[in-house]
Amino acid sequence: MESGLGLEATELRLGLPGAGGEGEGAKKRGYEETIDLKLQLQTPADVKELEEAADNMVKKTPSVKNVAQCGSIVEPEKPPASKAQVVGWPPVRSFRKSILSFHSDKGGSNMEDGEKSCNSMASFMKVSMDGAPYLRKVDLKMYKSYQELSMALQKMFGSFTNNGNCVSQGMSGKDFINESKVMNLLNRSEYVPTYEDKDGDWMLVGDVPWEMFVNSCKRLRIMKGSDAIGLAPRALEKCKNTS
Amino acid sequence: MVGRFRWAAMFPDEVWEHVFSFLTSDGDRNAAALVCRNWNRIERRSRKRVFVGNCYSVAPTVAVRLFPEVRAAVIKGKPHFADFNLVPSDWGGGAEAWVEAMAEGWPNLEELRFKRMVVSDDCLDLIARSFKNFKVLSLVSCDGFSTSGLAAIAANCRHLRELNLRESEVEETCLNWISHFPEPFTSLVALDIACLEGEVNASILERLISRCSNIMTLRLNHSVPLERLVGLLQRAPQLMDLGTGKFSARHNPQLFSRLESAIVGCKNLRSLSGFWEPGLTYLPAVYSICEGLTSLNLNYATVQNPELVKIISRCKNLRRLLVMDLIEDSGLVAVASSCKLLQELRVFPSDPYDAAEPVSLTEHGLVAVSAGCPMLHSVLYFCRQMTNAALLTVAKNRPNLTCFRLCIIEPHTRDYVTQEPLDTGFSAIVESCKDLRRLSLSGLLTDLVFKSIGASANYLEMLSIAFAGDGDMGLHYILSGCKNLRKLEIRDCPFGDKPLLQNASKLETMRSLWMSSCSVTLGACRQLARAMPRLNVEVINESGRGPLAAQPDNCPVEKLYIYRTIAGPRTDTPQCVWTV
Repeated sequence: MESGLGLEATELRLGLPGAGGEGEGAKKRGYEETIDLKLQLQTPADVKELEEAADNMVKKTPSVKNVAQCGSIVEPEKPPASKAQVVGWPPVRSFRKSILSFHSDKGGSNMEDGEKSCNSMASFMKVSMDGAPYLRKVDLKMYKSYQELSMALQKMFGSFTNNGNCVSQGMSGKDFINESKVMNLLNRSEYVPTYEDKDGDWMLVGDVPWEMFVNSCKRLRIMKGSDAIGLAPRALEKCKNTS
Repeated sequence: MVGRFRWAAMFPDEVWEHVFSFLTSDGDRNAAALVCRNWNRIERRSRKRVFVGNCYSVAPTVAVRLFPEVRAAVIKGKPHFADFNLVPSDWGGGAEAWVEAMAEGWPNLEELRFKRMVVSDDCLDLIARSFKNFKVLSLVSCDGFSTSGLAAIAANCRHLRELNLRESEVEETCLNWISHFPEPFTSLVALDIACLEGEVNASILERLISRCSNIMTLRLNHSVPLERLVGLLQRAPQLMDLGTGKFSARHNPQLFSRLESAIVGCKNLRSLSGFWEPGLTYLPAVYSICEGLTSLNLNYATVQNPELVKIISRCKNLRRLLVMDLIEDSGLVAVASSCKLLQELRVFPSDPYDAAEPVSLTEHGLVAVSAGCPMLHSVLYFCRQMTNAALLTVAKNRPNLTCFRLCIIEPHTRDYVTQEPLDTGFSAIVESCKDLRRLSLSGLLTDLVFKSIGASANYLEMLSIAFAGDGDMGLHYILSGCKNLRKLEIRDCPFGDKPLLQNASKLETMRSLWMSSCSVTLGACRQLARAMPRLNVEVINESGRGPLAAQPDNCPVEKLYIYRTIAGPRTDTPQCVWTV
């Protein structure tokens, strides 16, 4: 293989089950396909839903970059600014990632009181999933959008859900204004992501802009959809109050 | 006719037991056990320490029955790549079966050390209640438990000497678990709670430390503020190993001088770690004890080169240094001239993913240390560029290397001067360092490097390979050479079925083989499993294609974990794991 930086190995590819890529790709997977983030087990209806949500998101929050990729069959271009991340590479332990946000100026003198360093540190959130025996952690600062977080959660907890997970569906940003859509999602979803915010309230993930979410989230919990129905009205209320 | 001299009967069993008690290493005891049946029986019945490198290699009940007098056990679970999230979280490594068997058969157990195991609170509870003489609990890189489980240990283990939670993930359900150590409890010698993320009640900790006059190791977590550290040090001036908490506070000259004197008062301090969020004003407080330090762990210290050098250049007796790449080449030059007794160096990346502000740590730092530190034998080095010339120099300077782990962060990186692969450099390492036991490769590598490794690395026990090689021959060279290979872990290499099948019997001489994102097919796994009944061939497919039993032979295998075992296939595999 030939490429200046050998980025093939680190290329992100997204594709849907049953779509062209899978059939041929399945036969011989070499080391090029390091990451194969597939949104598995979604029905075409779900895909449509996602695409709509994705379109909406693009219109409303133009800052979110990777949105369109989730619902489409087209392979995205290589991420421009930050390099695509290969799972488990470089081989550093996860807790080390908290040091990664150290982007201080060379002087280093603002590390004086502990205070300033807090903002640049990562925000590790505990993620629990109902029924799963293990707690995981995510560093929200590693992601730039709900979509990225969704994919990460799917990788972590995918093996626990048998009907794939509709985690990604729950996150459509400001789309939660639509109450019936929310109820639809909750009724059909086996699992929905929720989080506890600074006020101690449990909210559905996705109802506030991403940055606000990162700053106010204290912990995450992937609940059974039926349990989360009670959360929807509050989420909408908070949304109406803030928007 | 050869006379059968029953020389084992020369002496009563007790005498042989006494002789064997001088064999301290597991390997020696294992060798003695193979001499004859009598020695086998006597050795295993008197064995006090047992090491189980793979928890699935033997059934717990069998191990407990074979070695009835064990007082200390070490058990390891998940494969090493679990550290980097390559192993599904539900893969296994649960400790229940072991703890239950031990509770039943080893009531006199004193020391238990788990690594990469999933240990539940129920397990901790059982441990707390089952071993009346329990002294050491070490949970390294473990998870599955909470501080409630720790509270049970604290409350019930009257003679506990060591509680070590290094790099474990602990859920914090019970806030003041430390208060569960009862008042009369005074036996603690070592406490490592650095991994805890939540608040630790410093007052309760202080009271505990005050009454444990033998405390030698105390590694705090980041929640313990500098002000409280002073109090702890004043109560434990005999400390040899200290892990600080957060190492910054508001500018306060009084606090600084109290801290400095408290540290000076710890005349036995040999090992220092912690240093979370270090503030520049307080780092100088440690200068006074630097000369006595043999081990210094600054890998959380996000400070720049000048501050790092000020500390490290005072550490003339340092044997072990862990630091971030913020030390840069110039800092490593300082290490090379100041730390002449250095044996182990680990340099970690401060920013493993985005080199937003590139750090000037290159191959030059590594070469400098290899030249200046004659006793250096263990290296872990993360960097972004390398040359064959540098590796050749390191190999020439340090033929005494036993562990060489180089991680060039970008996969497939070439020698940046010649644009060649790094084959010659790594070949030089294995050819020169005849005692090399552990090697991790990185950068652009062809099958040539594997040919050298297979031929020269005669004592190599653990090899880690990523994004390397051209094809099957690479793996074949390794498996047909490397006489002492125990653990092989491979990811993202174009190695397929042939070398595995051709070297099937080699796999039984090793502890384990991990391969992920390579070119192995299910058919080969099936063949291997059929041919080698004493291997467990575990196929891990997380993308949910359906039951593996139904898949065709040419189905690619995402992740493969093969290990030798006398316990047969395990019964606790999750959905994504299939023992072929």
